[in-house]
Amino acid sequence: MAHPSVAVLEYQLVGYRRFWRGTVFSSFVMPVLFFLGMGLAVGEYVDRGGGLDLPYQQFIGAGLVAFTGVQIAMIESSFPVLGNFKWQRIYYGMAATPLRVGDMIAGQLGYIGFRIAVAAAAFLLVMIPFGAVTSAWAGLAPLVAVLVGLAVAAPMFAFSATIESANLQAVMFRFALLPMVLFSGVFFPVGQLPELLRPLAYALPLWHGVELCRAAVLGIGTAWPVPVHLGYLGLWVGVGFVLAMARFRRRLAT
Amino acid sequence: MDGGEALIRARGLVKRFGEFTAVDGIDVEVRKGEAFGFLGPNGAGKSSTMRMIGCVSAPTGGELAILGMDPLRQGPAIRARLGVCPQEDNLDIELTARENLTTYARYFGIPRATARRRADQLLEFVQLADRAGSKVDQLSGGMRRRLTIARSLVNEPDIVLLDEPTTGLDPQARHLVWERLFRLKRQGTTLVLTTHYMDEAEQLCDRLVVMDGGRIAAEGSPRELIEQHATREVVELRFGVTALEPFADKLAGIGERLELLPDRILLYADDGDAAAAEVYARNLSPSGVLVRRASLEDVFLHLTGRTLVETG
Repeated sequence: MAHPSVAVLEYQLVGYRRFWRGTVFSSFVMPVLFFLGMGLAVGEYVDRGGGLDLPYQQFIGAGLVAFTGVQIAMIESSFPVLGNFKWQRIYYGMAATPLRVGDMIAGQLGYIGFRIAVAAAAFLLVMIPFGAVTSAWAGLAPLVAVLVGLAVAAPMFAFSATIESANLQAVMFRFALLPMVLFSGVFFPVGQLPELLRPLAYALPLWHGVELCRAAVLGIGTAWPVPVHLGYLGLWVGVGFVLAMARFRRRLAT
Repeated sequence: MDGGEALIRARGLVKRFGEFTAVDGIDVEVRKGEAFGFLGPNGAGKSSTMRMIGCVSAPTGGELAILGMDPLRQGPAIRARLGVCPQEDNLDIELTARENLTTYARYFGIPRATARRRADQLLEFVQLADRAGSKVDQLSGGMRRRLTIARSLVNEPDIVLLDEPTTGLDPQARHLVWERLFRLKRQGTTLVLTTHYMDEAEQLCDRLVVMDGGRIAAEGSPRELIEQHATREVVELRFGVTALEPFADKLAGIGERLELLPDRILLYADDGDAAAAEVYARNLSPSGVLVRRASLEDVFLHLTGRTLVETG
């Protein structure tokens, strides 16, 4: 018999089959717009100045693959999780079955991972005709996007299981997601940041994903050794998962 | 009603939330094949008890065995054999009725083909076969309730737990639910339900406990409870005025006892017609007289001094 979390993943996919069209904008069109708008328009200025040792379109494309993962992860681990506790009470229904809390979380994270992999792969295909993919290792980039996405989603599950109102999630989007996206080397190198802000980029998951994606898509080296980047993201997933389990248990007991 | 194997056994079961004691040391035994009820007002501890039996909330004290297993250590194994119909529906309103059943069945490790077949049978059973493809948000409250009941049967459970199965439904929808539950009971399914409707308890339960303030006030079959705690008949008297105390004094001695409610006086007597005749003989002219058989409502009133559903 398949692992119980697979049943939760199946449930999520049954829903996805109904509303996937509505997710295309946030998960695919948005990174493509950034890629075209920033890549072409801003790229021309940047490339004229010669500040980067690679075309801006390549620089930003690879970074946006990681961004795609984080973007989907944030959306899918905020309102849907809160709603499954508060409004639809889906988790309470699941808790009455043999499923364990870990199965519920793993199944839903698996679904988010699937969503990210599909969106990142599609975005990668868009990048190819623009010459923004220069290495065969690019095939691994969607997996990196999944990893960095889960590194954000797992702790967000814990957060969403704690709060009562979606307002706090909006705060999270503004004060956590937005700075992370701006300062994690997606749009400009972290080296451009004031020295004081750099540790913030190193501490947050996205920069590690950006480094790894860029390495895969463009066949270049990473700032830190690859295992360190991978391990750090894995740590976010692991700690987030454990926190989420504790929060889910507490909320389901009420 | 004896000899059945005990599927649920609780001894001195306690549930506390901080300082508040929701369940205060209850002893309960539910036997195979019976319909067992927890009757009591809101806040009596019924739902807390059900959540402990459903292995989603850990007991604070006492012993609890379900299907011979320990809820703390064998929660998933127990839950695999329970069907739960919660007080608040937690269906996925974006999915169809049928998808709600098939996806839920998978949580029990039921193969897809079996899940589909069982979903169709259960939709038939709860009379929703024609709405199988409707999204849940298009279904009425009564239909959702029936769908939730169908969902609780998807794993062919040994025990079905129903928390307030008809609360919030209109009378017609309630009767439809009762009729389905009655059918389940006849098929030999063990039912455990909570309710604050005495008519529901009388119709469905072989045996029940009356709960109040976290404790069990009485236990027995509906008939036994009525025999022990009420007379055969009750005369309900209304006088069309708000101050009923003066009438209570004048009624003293008629029947076995009397209850003064905010809107009416209840006279307990084995012969209700005779008691009503006596009321008229004393030259009291009530604006309304109703002679009825005693019910569990009267049992509850006698045990706790309060009505189950506040009537104003």
